[in-house]
Amino acid sequence: MSIEARREAGLDPTRSDAGTVNGPGPEKPARRSRVAGLMSTVAPPLVVFIAFIAFWYAVSYLFLEETQRFLLPPPHEVFIVSFLDTVNLTEILNALFSTTQVALVGLAIAIVIGVSFAVLMSLGKWVERSLYPYAVILQTVPILAIVPLIGFWFDFNFRSRVIVCVIIALFPIITNTLFGLQSVDQQMHDLFTLHKASRWTRLLKLQLPHALPAIFAGFRISAGLSVIGAIVGDFFFRQGEPGIGRLLDVYRAGLQSEQLFAALFFSSLLGLGVFWFFGLIGHLLTRHWRDTAGQQV
Amino acid sequence: MKAPVIEFRHAGKVFDDGTHAVEDVSFQVGPEEIVAIVGPSGCGKSTLLRMASELSPATSGEVECSHERLGYVFQDATLLPWRNVQRNVELFGELRGTPKEERARQAQEVIDLVGLKGFERHYPKALSGGMKMRVSLARSLTMKPPLFLFDEPFGALDEITRERLNDELLKLFAIEDFAAIFITHSVNEAVYLSNRVLVMSPRPGRLIGEFNVPFDFPRSAELRFEPDFARLSGEISHALRSELT
Ligand SMILES: Nc1ncnc2c1ncn2[C@@H]1O[C@H](COP(=O)(O)OP(=O)(O)OP(=O)(O)O)[C@@H](O)[C@H]1O
Ligand SMILES: [Mg+2]
Repeated sequence: MSIEARREAGLDPTRSDAGTVNGPGPEKPARRSRVAGLMSTVAPPLVVFIAFIAFWYAVSYLFLEETQRFLLPPPHEVFIVSFLDTVNLTEILNALFSTTQVALVGLAIAIVIGVSFAVLMSLGKWVERSLYPYAVILQTVPILAIVPLIGFWFDFNFRSRVIVCVIIALFPIITNTLFGLQSVDQQMHDLFTLHKASRWTRLLKLQLPHALPAIFAGFRISAGLSVIGAIVGDFFFRQGEPGIGRLLDVYRAGLQSEQLFAALFFSSLLGLGVFWFFGLIGHLLTRHWRDTAGQQV
Repeated sequence: MKAPVIEFRHAGKVFDDGTHAVEDVSFQVGPEEIVAIVGPSGCGKSTLLRMASELSPATSGEVECSHERLGYVFQDATLLPWRNVQRNVELFGELRGTPKEERARQAQEVIDLVGLKGFERHYPKALSGGMKMRVSLARSLTMKPPLFLFDEPFGALDEITRERLNDELLKLFAIEDFAAIFITHSVNEAVYLSNRVLVMSPRPGRLIGEFNVPFDFPRSAELRFEPDFARLSGEISHALRSELT
């Protein structure tokens, strides 16, 4: 029977409850409210920042004697010594670049290994049961105890630093991905069972898309951790290109607290950057279908 | 009588944990027949459909179903939130390897049929409960199943939307020629939609009553206010309550 004939048979689409569609989001905000919205997201952290700087000055000038002031030099001195002095700045930025490379390579490897392991574990309870304890050990083992060992076994260079990163970053990726893959509704699975979907189809068309938000939540946490891993690795392995970890140690030994603060600042910025980046990608990939309002990125 | 589409023969279900959900159920559904099942919550109605579809096979007796393709509509619309309406409707064809053009054509046809033309690119999050149910229905319609299993499909909807969807379902029944088992909490809905109403007892669910619904098709909304309709609904409610005391 043709569609026309069906219509004549009495099915009138215009009688549907189609009018009750919920818009895909709130009405487009007016310009002023958008500015207000921006203010409301920017203003609170800005206030905290100003309060923090004020507190810093207070400690520097009011609590510390001049001879002790190297313990916490005032913000502007940190700024002058480490940002306006190109020698210092270049040194720190070079180190930052080296650390970034290690962190990103480590993170990429952790992502590949972590997602593969989670997929394997989701395929069978017995795989999960045999592998999961080791994933937990990976998480609980004191990384500082492992780092020297890795140095002995491999070398004190790029490769070892990457390995440290991978070890630190792996666990959140495995657990988040696994959680995402396993949290699919039973009824959704039933639907796929009814239509004879293969294990592989189920994974690709149901579990992975469902897990995407959780997977990216894992990436985001691990991105921050891999920066820490790169710095810790660098701190221990004093060979090859110096990274931030090594600079931190050099500055500490030389009581160069201004540079120490600058290095701290840049490494935090790097961690923040990768964290934010993965949050953003995850948000962009899923925002058209996720039913959550006002997701923080 | 023509061969039944599905037949339960002394079918029962005991779960692994010992829960006795369904006991000795026997009935059949003929081609193009619509059988409604009412029963108290937890009496094993969903289990009955899971037995029929072999998602959870009977542990005693047997369920014989002459078809492999089933339309199964759950209480939740169970749409994939990351697919828009069009792609959700195409899902079953995709899983069963229907060629792309064929799938798109089928989808367009049923989307039209359930009155969702113009919403093909919408994602589930932007649809009302009633519209999601239409998508769910359309998705099953693409397979032209000879037998539909409805598990309280409109249970979560408001009364106005529910009655409207009831009317549209009747029209679909009239043009698509399929048989159905329709599970519901609502006696009125059961009588309005079906040829026959079966009443189940509390767990372990058994069939304790069978009522023929004599009203002719096509039925109109006015039927709900006829005295005969009220009388039949009353009898069925009575049968339901008698077992609860
Ligand atoms: N997988 C299972 N394992 C053990 N017991 C189960 C299982 N599934 C259902 N049951 C039990 O079987 C009984 C019947 O469940 P079922 O879901 O079929 O009831 P129902 O009539 O559909 O209820 P409702 O009207 O609330 O949907 C319930 O007591 C339920 O707890
Ligand atoms: Mg149920």
